[in-house]
Amino acid sequence: MEATIATNSNGTNWGGGNKKPLGASYGKMMMWFFILSDALTFSGFLGAYGLMRFKFIDSWPIADEVFTHFPFLHGVHAPMYYVALMTFILIFSSVTMVLAVDAGHQMKKAKVTFYMLLTIIGGAIFLGSQAWEWKNFINGSYGAVQLNDGKIIQFVDASGHQVTLESFAATSQSERTQHTKSKGLWFVEETGLSEITLNEVIEGFKAHPEITIRTEQINPELKQKIIIPRENAMAYLDKSKAVVIGANLEVNEYGRTLFADFFFFITGFHGFHVLSGVIINIIIFFNVIIGTYERRGHYEMVEKVGLYWHFVDLVWVFVFTFFYLI
Amino acid sequence: MAHSQEHKSHTKLIWKVFGILSVITLVEVILGIIKPDSLHLSNFLGTSWLNIIFLVLTLVKAYYITWFFMHMADEKKNLRRAVVWTSIFLITYLATLLLIEGSYIGEVLGPLTKWNY
Repeated sequence: MEATIATNSNGTNWGGGNKKPLGASYGKMMMWFFILSDALTFSGFLGAYGLMRFKFIDSWPIADEVFTHFPFLHGVHAPMYYVALMTFILIFSSVTMVLAVDAGHQMKKAKVTFYMLLTIIGGAIFLGSQAWEWKNFINGSYGAVQLNDGKIIQFVDASGHQVTLESFAATSQSERTQHTKSKGLWFVEETGLSEITLNEVIEGFKAHPEITIRTEQINPELKQKIIIPRENAMAYLDKSKAVVIGANLEVNEYGRTLFADFFFFITGFHGFHVLSGVIINIIIFFNVIIGTYERRGHYEMVEKVGLYWHFVDLVWVFVFTFFYLI
Repeated sequence: MAHSQEHKSHTKLIWKVFGILSVITLVEVILGIIKPDSLHLSNFLGTSWLNIIFLVLTLVKAYYITWFFMHMADEKKNLRRAVVWTSIFLITYLATLLLIEGSYIGEVLGPLTKWNY
């Protein structure tokens, strides 16, 4: 008889040996705890968003008025449709991922390869969609005017719908053209000129009696932005500072700059997760093709990367709710 | 690992869960576009009924993704609790404090903000 020594103590006790109190392999368990910590990180961000939103509950931008674009539908007011499409793309790539995991359990290499490929494509489409969403947000839709104290004034027609600055701004005579190489100015570079000046907006406003303004303030009963009667509007425009077209980290034509900051940060952080997920998926995809897991005897690596991928989908479900629905 | 049950394909369940997630998303999107006044302009627990519905549907979606896509249902009970209970407790705690604090700041700050010129 041999001495009663634990048989699996061949230097791997730091990893717990073969004892698995949680019933999962070391890698899978740690993936779960990574996901837990990442979930708390995202909660921190979304919680901060919630704090600021409640702080400015009376003047927060209304998501339906911000995200209204859909590919090939120019000028059509299409709130929610695009982000719904993005959500479906991500859910569907989650489905193909879980199908890949399922095929891995049955050791069907061809199926795993196919579903992993679909997952990668889905992730890439989602990333492209998010880039398009960012592009629209950065370019803006109607344009607005910023007051000296930073508040945003938007322009509406008689029916209360927003109108673009181009539709009413006066055309001034002193138009400066863009410096380009073709005009002989090869030595200077400049970004696109803001086509509309503050003066043109104010002159145009005076010339169009049907237009009035609205502030960021929300009427709590109707949950709509408060429209200022035209006779009071000039008092606001007299205090205006700049024309704002689009959104960035410093100004936001839709209202609070914080909204833009949080949008860029949280969807950007999520998009970065999607990007790293796609890259990890690609690595695993090639490992599947060259037969690494076939030789290893199990496809647990596909399962682990699948956990991460589903988590990214899970986060999107919450981002979707808090940025677009609520 | 329980190899005996893993050779069975769960494809049917996966497509069923996909169907449930799609229907929930559709309901959310349709409600988000229509925004029925009776739900949108109502008041319940400091927010509107519409927002409560969105939150509940989101949690249902999160449940289905975690349980059936991430196979949390197949994990041992102690791993499941270590992950799920920890996150639910900490996130609820954080969100509650932040939202209470946020609305307090909003109440103090709101009347001080100038909207008339």
